Amino acid sequence: MKPNIIDVPTASTQRMAAVIRDLKKHYFLKSETVRALRGVSFDVPEGDYVAIMGPSGSGKSTLLNLLGCLDRPTFGSFILGTDDVAQMNDDELSYIRASRIGFVFQSYNLIAQLSVVENIEVPLYYTGRLNAQSRQRSVELATMVGLGERLDHRPTQLSGGQQQRVAIARSLVNDPYFILADEATGNLDSVTTEEILALFQRLNDEGRTIIMVTHEDEVAAHAKRVIRLKDGQIQVDERVKDRCVFTPEQIETISANAKQKEQV
Amino acid sequence: MGFLRNLSAFFRPRTWKLGLKSLWLHPMRSALTVLGIFIGVASVIWLLAIGEGISKEAQRRIEDLGAENIIVRSIKPPDTSGGNFRQVDAFGVQRSEFEMIERTIPTVERVLPIREITQRFAYTGNPNIQPIDGRLVGCTDEYAEVTRLFVARGHFLQPIEIERAKSVCVIAANLSEKLFPSEDPLNKQIYLPEKKEYFRIIGVLHPRNATAAIGGSLAAQDFSNDIYIPITTMRQKMGDMEVKRTGGSFSAKSFELSQITIQVKSVDDVRRTAELVKATLMASNVNRQDIAVVVPYELLEQARMTRLMFMLFMGLIAAISLIVGGIGIMNIMLATVTERTREIGIRRALGGKRSDIVLQFLVETISLSVVGGIVGIIGGLFCSPTVYYAREAIKTFAPTMYASIPDDAKIMTPEIVPFSIPVAFCISVMVGVFFGLYPAYRAAQMDPIEALRHE
Repeated sequence: MKPNIIDVPTASTQRMAAVIRDLKKHYFLKSETVRALRGVSFDVPEGDYVAIMGPSGSGKSTLLNLLGCLDRPTFGSFILGTDDVAQMNDDELSYIRASRIGFVFQSYNLIAQLSVVENIEVPLYYTGRLNAQSRQRSVELATMVGLGERLDHRPTQLSGGQQQRVAIARSLVNDPYFILADEATGNLDSVTTEEILALFQRLNDEGRTIIMVTHEDEVAAHAKRVIRLKDGQIQVDERVKDRCVFTPEQIETISANAKQKEQV
Repeated sequence: MGFLRNLSAFFRPRTWKLGLKSLWLHPMRSALTVLGIFIGVASVIWLLAIGEGISKEAQRRIEDLGAENIIVRSIKPPDTSGGNFRQVDAFGVQRSEFEMIERTIPTVERVLPIREITQRFAYTGNPNIQPIDGRLVGCTDEYAEVTRLFVARGHFLQPIEIERAKSVCVIAANLSEKLFPSEDPLNKQIYLPEKKEYFRIIGVLHPRNATAAIGGSLAAQDFSNDIYIPITTMRQKMGDMEVKRTGGSFSAKSFELSQITIQVKSVDDVRRTAELVKATLMASNVNRQDIAVVVPYELLEQARMTRLMFMLFMGLIAAISLIVGGIGIMNIMLATVTERTREIGIRRALGGKRSDIVLQFLVETISLSVVGGIVGIIGGLFCSPTVYYAREAIKTFAPTMYASIPDDAKIMTPEIVPFSIPVAFCISVMVGVFFGLYPAYRAAQMDPIEALRHE
């Protein structure tokens, strides 16, 4: 991997989870060139909680794919740690995905033939770090998201909220630079959505960086910062003024309710 | 071949566990795919075993003729003289030639004179017994040893009986059973109604399988209705002329000997001796048509070549069935890849490299083909009992059909060729790799973003 040659802002003493500079993505179709991203720049300091919003066609999905290292930009740089991901080949990108990014998808995307613990372990499998300790860590993560008693269950035996919690546990297993959540609550009812958002808040309070793509204002209200895209450019990048924060008591109640619901 | 870089993952038990788990999600589909390989592998083993069984049988028949023997048969030339038997020409090997070979060729151990005529055999002591057509063989005491006849009861012809031209005989097992269903055949008299002669039975032989047919001169020899008498007795009582009356017409042939069997001292001398024998017999007439010299040793060599060709042919058929099985694997895996597009997307998003995806699908195809291979080998080992029971079943339920089966197939026992088992196994693994590569490659080339969006 190439050393970083782009100047990372040093004024701030805070370490950066990701630095995005002038990111452009063009799709070359037969008759025209679609410019999905037209130069996007922002920093994500460690411990931040960013919501990326925007109408469809705003370049939201494209940015998500780039942030998730699933795609390469046409121009610009995306620095994860000390490496410019924009210049990497397919295998290197795969390694970055396995070791530095925690994915949470809208439709959970668990692997049907694997149990809860095995699903959590998948990113470790691809970095070749599977061993007895990692198994213990996966079990701890499953317990942390409240599924300690369902380690051997298959995804089909779990509710949507439970599946999403497995997915969150999976996103944490490789100790990523940031969690990338793509409409993570889109398939869930309001009660379960709260449950997941409470979990995100808890993780963020513990110091995890979260980047969340959503189109719901209520969900975005839980983030610390909102980036709004329009026509492939950043329209707004601002701190959330009146952020919805769960009090510790609320978190207690939510998790108690969730437990109760599961026992029924 | 990116997956080669991933060899360590290839040998991780988890990789295989995962592959088997995925296959287990569709037990029926996996079982059918395995069946394709099973049939391929089993047929490799079966066809080779059956081929081996048949060629061993052929070889045994030739060996029964004796590898160290040279056989000279008399052949009746096409009839040109019309029906007049006063002008019947003698043909075939003559006694003088027999003596010449015995005396002049040093590599010859011994020479047996044999004269065969067809006769009707009867037993007058039991009115219920119908006469049986069979072969009357005039021979010497050494005949039993050279042609590997074994006496079950009594004894074979003795030198003294040959010398004194006694009217004694040794009869084949089958004939003995038919003529003497309830009596002891020893010391009974066999009656030859055509010659009006009696022969006293001094021995009964063990049952014996037919030998190979040898090129034109000798049909597959059936020993089941033979009676052996001293050749001297035959000459005294029956002469050299054999007259057959069929309907109103006569046919006659005159020959001194119908066969001489020359036993050579060592197998290495067979070829040379055969040349000498031919030269001796053809001395007067190079284009002699009334004899045929058969060298079982050469037939044996031919049989070995035939066997090789046979194996090759069988192998080819088996290979085709393996390819069909492989295409089955490929078909299923292509369907699986499409069906699991989403899973592939997830795995790629979570950090799976292209080579990881290739590996995953290869592991599945190899698992399928290896399981098929192992089951196929087990199925292959059941070849002999299956053939045996199938034959028994045909014999009981469709006797007419059984009768029309060639003799070779009736007595043949499949013999599993040892090398066919590892070969079949290796081929099955290779089929898994070969036919799995393309689907695996297709899976790996998918765009993870597209794959994740796939429903």
